[in-house]
Amino acid sequence: MEPVFAVLTGIFLTIAVYLLLSKFIIRMLLGVAILGNAVNLLIFTSGRIMREVPPVIGAGLDVPAGPTANPLPQALILTAIVISFSFFAFLLVLSWRAYSSLATDNTDAMRVAEPVDAQLPPLGY
Amino acid sequence: MNVTDLTFLALCLPFLGALAAPLLTRALGHNAAWVLALIPVAIFAHFAGFSADVAQGEVVTGGYDWVPSFDVGFSWLIDGLSLTFILLISGIGALIVLYSGGYLKGHPHQGRFFSFLLMFMGSMLGLVASDSFLMLFVFWELTSITSFLLIGFDHHRDAARRAAFQALVVTGGGGLFLLAGLILLWNISGVTQFSALTSLGPVVKASPLYLAALVLVLGGAFTKSAQFPFHFWLPNAMEAPTPVSAYLHSATMVKAGVYLLMRLNPVLGGTVAWQIVLPVFGVATLVIGALLAVRQTDLKLMLAYTTMSSLGLLVLLTGFGAPYAIEAATLYLVAHSLFKGALFMVAGIIDHETGTRDVTRLGGLRSAMPLTFAIALAAAISMGGLPPFFGFLAKEEVYAALSAFDWRSLTFAALAVIGNALMFAVAFAVALTPFTGKPVATPKHAHEAPVLLWLGPAVLALAGLAAAFLSSTVHALISSPMASAVAGEPRTVTMSLTPHLGVPLALSALTVAIGIGFYLGLARLRAGTAALLAAIGWGPDRGFDQAIRGLLRLSFAVTRWLQNGRLDTYMAVTFVMVAIVLLVPPFLFGELARPPIFPAIPLHEFAIMAIAVIGLFAVVLAKDRLTAIVSLGIQGFSVAVIFLLYGAPDLAFTQFMIETLAVVILALVMTRLRLSPSDHRPRRETLPDAAIALACGLGATLLLLKVTEGPFNTALTDFFNQYSKTIAHGGNVVNVIIVDFRGTDTLGEIAVVMIAGLAVLSLVRLRAGSMRRIADNDPDAEEAGR
Repeated sequence: MEPVFAVLTGIFLTIAVYLLLSKFIIRMLLGVAILGNAVNLLIFTSGRIMREVPPVIGAGLDVPAGPTANPLPQALILTAIVISFSFFAFLLVLSWRAYSSLATDNTDAMRVAEPVDAQLPPLGY
Repeated sequence: MNVTDLTFLALCLPFLGALAAPLLTRALGHNAAWVLALIPVAIFAHFAGFSADVAQGEVVTGGYDWVPSFDVGFSWLIDGLSLTFILLISGIGALIVLYSGGYLKGHPHQGRFFSFLLMFMGSMLGLVASDSFLMLFVFWELTSITSFLLIGFDHHRDAARRAAFQALVVTGGGGLFLLAGLILLWNISGVTQFSALTSLGPVVKASPLYLAALVLVLGGAFTKSAQFPFHFWLPNAMEAPTPVSAYLHSATMVKAGVYLLMRLNPVLGGTVAWQIVLPVFGVATLVIGALLAVRQTDLKLMLAYTTMSSLGLLVLLTGFGAPYAIEAATLYLVAHSLFKGALFMVAGIIDHETGTRDVTRLGGLRSAMPLTFAIALAAAISMGGLPPFFGFLAKEEVYAALSAFDWRSLTFAALAVIGNALMFAVAFAVALTPFTGKPVATPKHAHEAPVLLWLGPAVLALAGLAAAFLSSTVHALISSPMASAVAGEPRTVTMSLTPHLGVPLALSALTVAIGIGFYLGLARLRAGTAALLAAIGWGPDRGFDQAIRGLLRLSFAVTRWLQNGRLDTYMAVTFVMVAIVLLVPPFLFGELARPPIFPAIPLHEFAIMAIAVIGLFAVVLAKDRLTAIVSLGIQGFSVAVIFLLYGAPDLAFTQFMIETLAVVILALVMTRLRLSPSDHRPRRETLPDAAIALACGLGATLLLLKVTEGPFNTALTDFFNQYSKTIAHGGNVVNVIIVDFRGTDTLGEIAVVMIAGLAVLSLVRLRAGSMRRIADNDPDAEEAGR
């Protein structure tokens, strides 16, 4: 099953990177959202794929009855999903703010911190 | 306390004194100098206790382990060479501390000055006492740093800041050469201590790395000891207060380079390279320094350039290799420290009491300052190499070393005579001209200096006299052991005040005769050298400015190139690197995955994956906002379904919720902003992006194929499955991991969510007006608006 997931992850990552390379912040934002899913799939696949058996221990048992899906990557991904959503929300508001202040969504025009006509630092001592 | 601990304490004492100095100065004012001078006096007394043993040819070593695994110790080596230096540093140091008490009396930062001065003293003592290479290097750089602090003491002046920076760059940079040289020596010889290295001289000289080690060590020594063409920082360092010039830049620190050459003479010396490079650089420095000294009218600058000359003479003698050369270097080094320290302090007294140190604006001070005049004259006679001062002995020994009848000795002797004659002229220009002739009106009304000021130079001048009369004792205790340590074999210095008729005396007489000529024609000589330098028009000093400016421009250009302010460039560079890291190593090291075998998958699973991929492409190709948002939702929900199908219901539910929220928020923002999701860029921009993206995706696929093809270590999984119920009492293993086994992680995660929420809130509530001012990059406008 893993090769299929490897290819799927690759497609997710390709699309995410392509969107991140754009100059328009809204497309980069879409890229960030997809990048999160790509990385989650990567973690999920590296923990090996197991069909349909959730890692839950039944009543009256001390250990799972049979082989189950790997719980560890699931725990990691659960954390990752929440954090990437926080990140996404923050970026979204940041881009909204940037757009309303600078009246552009093109990163080429956002040059407040690194202006186009940067001056030489003073040459004295 | 045994001797080892006491010696360690003596080496630490200046640093402890540096801590106490500001407090003490606050309590006692300038009189703190009397207390602080006890520190170098105590050090002098402690190390003078070794002199009897050292005079017998013994070597005192001691120390502690520092980094035993690298054979690096905090260890010292007291032989004739280091003992002479230690006595000079601590002896002159005590006088300088007293002198600083008078010179900077009432200065608001006098305590800080004492502190820096004592720190320097400690560094310099450590430098000359070091046995271990690393310790020498550390103290070497510490002297550069404390010298930086002292030169830049008047930090409100541009010239002082420049001089301090220049000295730090030149001597600190040279220190890095030295470090490389010492590491090479360590590699060649396998030892990390000078005491062990001395006997390995033949091994080092036979090594193919000898020349590299020599060049690197010389890079350190020549910058520190201001050899031409690295001399320019030394005259600029005269921006420092005069006690610093007298102490660091004539008597001690600038001799560190000479010390290093002397220390390594038994190891590196005696080869053809050594005997060519050192004398040539030394004699060039001697003559150029003396010529530059003649041009100056500032007392301190005149002395600074003669210091450069003297250092040149010392380097010349250290590398000359003739009989008596080492002895001459020894005597001249001691004599120079005495007379030059005294002369600098005299220059400081004149400056302090009259308000100027321009020799053309001074005259007739002898009646107002008779004591200073006497001291100046005594020091100048020693510097001119006249009896009955120690300088005479040194000069005789120098000419004894240079007066063989071959072309090499004759050339160097002729150049040395010219250099010495120029120095003779400068010595008396400093010591005679301001005091004789008609009194000249000075900015301040001249009067005799207070005791704190004249004590130091008087002691040094008298020491020059006493050393000459007690020459046999001085030779037995100082000169002979030092010369033996430098030569690496027993040497005896015998020079005394009794003149020996011969070539050296004739050369001395010639020097004095030419020197008197130079002195009388000083004004014309000054005009001549000034015209010559004006004709050349460029020097290493200006070259330094050009180099520093060039460096600034270069770094500015590189920064502009690397950080051009375009986010798409940064992203492209980042992902190109990601692609390279993912793709290159597998191909390079043959770590590619085997061709995968794709299993047959049920239709419903295949369908959901296909839907996810369709959603992805729809996001990229969407022409309007709603399509883009919905497509983003499609791929997100597909991933949730995939999680559900493959045994991860918890993930699936979380993903469903998050994706719903994301889509709703995104819809809200995008409909308000009217942002177009499509990429209106030309093909020539999107195609390279697509290539980079494909490379990254391919890299991730290959990586994942390779990873999953290997065996899986289930240790952690087994642990969680086994103990989830029995220890943490929870059936859902994923939840138990999150809230129990990795509870702290979850706490961190919650903190991240909270901080992101706070950041979002503050961004939303930020006033639009203030944002616009930030955008205009004008923080003052915001202040004014309040």
